[in-house]
Amino acid sequence: MLIALLAETAAHGSEHLAEDTPPPFPPFETWHMPSQLFWLAILFGILYLTMSRVILPKLSDTLEKRSDRIASDLDQAARLNDQATEAQQALELRIAQAKNKARETADKARAKMDAEMAAETARVDAEIEKKLDAADERIASLRVEAMKNVEQIAIETADTIVGRFGVSASKSELKKAVTAALE
Amino acid sequence: MNLFMPSVALDPIHQFKVTKWLDFNVGGIDLSFTNASGFMALGVILTIAFFGVAASKGQLVPSRLQSLAEIGYGFVADMVRGAAGEEGLKFFPFVFTLFFFLFFANMIGMVPYAFTTTSHIIVTGALALLVISIVIGFGFYKNGFKFLKLFAPSGAPWPIYIILIPIEIISFFARPLTLSLRLFANMLAGHIMLKLFAGFAVGLIAAGGAYIIIAPFAFAMGVALNALELLVAGLQAYVFAILTCVYLNDAFHPAH
Repeated sequence: MLIALLAETAAHGSEHLAEDTPPPFPPFETWHMPSQLFWLAILFGILYLTMSRVILPKLSDTLEKRSDRIASDLDQAARLNDQATEAQQALELRIAQAKNKARETADKARAKMDAEMAAETARVDAEIEKKLDAADERIASLRVEAMKNVEQIAIETADTIVGRFGVSASKSELKKAVTAALE
Repeated sequence: MNLFMPSVALDPIHQFKVTKWLDFNVGGIDLSFTNASGFMALGVILTIAFFGVAASKGQLVPSRLQSLAEIGYGFVADMVRGAAGEEGLKFFPFVFTLFFFLFFANMIGMVPYAFTTTSHIIVTGALALLVISIVIGFGFYKNGFKFLKLFAPSGAPWPIYIILIPIEIISFFARPLTLSLRLFANMLAGHIMLKLFAGFAVGLIAAGGAYIIIAPFAFAMGVALNALELLVAGLQAYVFAILTCVYLNDAFHPAH
């Protein structure tokens, strides 16, 4: 039933027209074809000319300008980036140089101080040595003196002791005896 | 029994009828300005107006309209580049014009009571012939007689050519036919279907009684078909344009 109704809807117009003339199918009618071709040629031609001469050049120009601008901006960014990198490198170089210089100065100062210290130490050592030597000499001489005194005292004591015994002894004998006893 | 409204409003073929708006006769040839010409002119005017306004400022940061025009530009340019290669861009203005001419014509056709210029075989046929003439003309201009290699793809053993060459020739000359018929038939059939379902819904309501229950379904079908036809309108313009690019590619590289 539905299908019949649909078919009737479809057929209705044609049926209606079929009463007097055969149903014309507009796309296959020939009378309007020259006019369709004529206006198609004119309108398509106008559209083509407008597009190719005016609108597309304008659009492509805009797109090109934009891509140029983007490219140049990117270029500039890259250049600035390079400059920044260079500056950073220069800075790092200078920092390194400064560090080297500081180290050198410190090394030099240390070396100088070391040398001064060594010289001073050597000088003081030498003085001390000299003083020690002098002192040793003096000690030695004092000892000799002292030993002489001891001998003298011993001889005198021995003389006195021997005298008590009523014996007299010559000085050389006494000295000989003392020396033997001391050794 | 006439359940329906006046026959003109329901006749699905009536929408394709060409009527004269202005009589114009040159040397006995009827070149009248018809409703078909009028709606074609409307499409061209709208295309030029849209792109004219969108492209006029040429801003570095595009407005929405300019963005849309640039997307259209990029879309067609990619289509040409993809199908016909970098040299194919020589025909970019032509393909661009063709695509937007068909696109606007098809879309205007989707407006109720508007005339669909692409639903006439004479229009699609003329455009298809224009395309194939350009392919043949440019093919011979660029390649000379080497263009005929198009019909004899290299690399086949020679007995195959006896069958292959006629097939290639037939397929080449079938191109304008299929190109024009595809667009014409899609537009024609789609609009007939739209009219039919819309008329069917109205008819069911007019029939009254239990039919009214079914009417919304017919109407919903009409709405769904409208969406489908909108897709078809865009798609067929695209198909026509991309096939043009594919055929142009043959003019550049006839030896496959």
